[in-house]
Amino acid sequence: MSVLVYLENWDGKFKKLSYELISYAYGIGQQLNTHVVALSIGNVAEEELKKAGQYGASKIISVNDARLDQLVNQAYASVISQVAVSEQASVVVFANNMTGKAVAPRVSVRLKAGMVTGAVALPQTTEPFVVKKKVYTGKAFASVLIKSPVKIITLAQNAFGLCEHPVDTVLEQYTPQLVDKDFATSVIETNKLTGKMLLTDAEIVVSGGRGMKGPEYWQPIEELAEALGGATACSRPVADEGWRPHHEHVGQTGKIIAPTLYFAFGISGAIQHLGGVSSSKIIVAVNKDKDAPIFEAANYGVVGDVATVLPALIKCIKELKGQ
Amino acid sequence: MKILICLSNVPDTTTKIRLTPEAAGIDVAGVQWIINPWDELALSRAIELKEKNPSVIEKISVISVGNVAAEPTIRKAFAMGADDGIRINTEPLDAYFVAGQLAEAIKSLSYDIIMCGIESSDTNGSTVGAMLAELLDIPSVSSVSSLDVEGEAVSVNREVDGGYQKVNAAMPFVAVVQKGIAIEPKIATMRGIMAARTKPLQVVEPAAIEALTETVSYELPEAKTACKMVDADNIGQLVDLLHNEARVL
Repeated sequence: MSVLVYLENWDGKFKKLSYELISYAYGIGQQLNTHVVALSIGNVAEEELKKAGQYGASKIISVNDARLDQLVNQAYASVISQVAVSEQASVVVFANNMTGKAVAPRVSVRLKAGMVTGAVALPQTTEPFVVKKKVYTGKAFASVLIKSPVKIITLAQNAFGLCEHPVDTVLEQYTPQLVDKDFATSVIETNKLTGKMLLTDAEIVVSGGRGMKGPEYWQPIEELAEALGGATACSRPVADEGWRPHHEHVGQTGKIIAPTLYFAFGISGAIQHLGGVSSSKIIVAVNKDKDAPIFEAANYGVVGDVATVLPALIKCIKELKGQ
Repeated sequence: MKILICLSNVPDTTTKIRLTPEAAGIDVAGVQWIINPWDELALSRAIELKEKNPSVIEKISVISVGNVAAEPTIRKAFAMGADDGIRINTEPLDAYFVAGQLAEAIKSLSYDIIMCGIESSDTNGSTVGAMLAELLDIPSVSSVSSLDVEGEAVSVNREVDGGYQKVNAAMPFVAVVQKGIAIEPKIATMRGIMAARTKPLQVVEPAAIEALTETVSYELPEAKTACKMVDADNIGQLVDLLHNEARVL
């Protein structure tokens, strides 16, 4: 038996998210009295792979095949399923991100394994196997029983945190069986935004809404995000109006984020917006309407004009940071 | 070219969630039901494509797993512009069950593109589209942010961390779509609403498929502590609170 965790890499590197997943898998391993196997697909150096041992993976399996440099859903699902079978995994853990959403459901079908997506904690019990997740975009939690022998969990980002558990670790190369049919999709072209902090990686997110009055007033949002080493985001109307790109939209139908600190400038706080940001540790709201619903969700609030509050805040933050 | 959209019938996104006694379920009394927002965007995009390429896209169908109470949602899709629909007559139990029912109903039909929303706003699962593709043994592209038809060719873009990728997928395939796929949901016209009543809706009985999961209980999030207000003329205090009290700076 084992707990298998799939580790995505970004240009050959792991992220905090990867170590959070191993920490979580280790927690399940403790509950089930078994060990953690980490699976990496793609070109990742031995030194980087071994870091997984720091968080409790006692075996690291690396699949390095040039055909797998880009995400191909069917091929990835095939590789992960093969390793799950050969490692006799009883639980397979993924991130609840774009890759997890693309691949894990296919693994679920292949292994006939029940799935809980966006888990927020370790299983409440393992016999029966019950995992808590958010439903209705954070308006409720559901405790879900998985009835199948093999279980699949995708972990909500920042829901568990990092726990170091250094263990002796063995590194193995694995050669999966792949057929042409596994490569029915191919990437023609990639366009990456470079030099920008990714919204889903950011510990601090600075977000603007319609109260910002127009795209030409976004400079202070960018400046504050940069001063804090954070990312910029926006509300739905702002993305729909084309003031900001869709990938910046946080909320129910956009990105769901869970940063340490979330700033909402000129965002009234519609229930759909709150669904996307309510997992933030601290929410700061600045709005000229004292009755805006955002203040019910916020930890700290300022009733005032964003046009004057933002520059004052940037000045204070820069002083604090010695910038 | 034929396009099929999988629809989920969900509570309106502004619904205040209440639990039934003993927290075994969600109290649906008085709830307004809508087409899952992402499914609605998928359908809207399909209709846009058909309007743009009427000679290429011959039909838009919708399919949904649900009992008779879900029919108004399918009729709404007809009013928006879908041509016909299938309802699989059973309560949706879990994602595997729903994907299995869809696959059973679809496997004998011929569709070139199957579109699913990236998640449903009730269970937030993000699973059915890719499960369906696996069950049908066809490709899938996830996080699809744009889909276009030029002649007989289809071009698909998906979002990846920090960017976008243009992906080539052989038809038939499943497009699991997200925000951006359509500018905004299509509004039904009066003519569409009238026509919706008579469009063909086929009801099929469910296949014998087991659910792999079951929700045993629900709970509501804890109430948040009151917001601490800071004067707009004293932003230094806000920074001080974030630094020394919340310890997030």
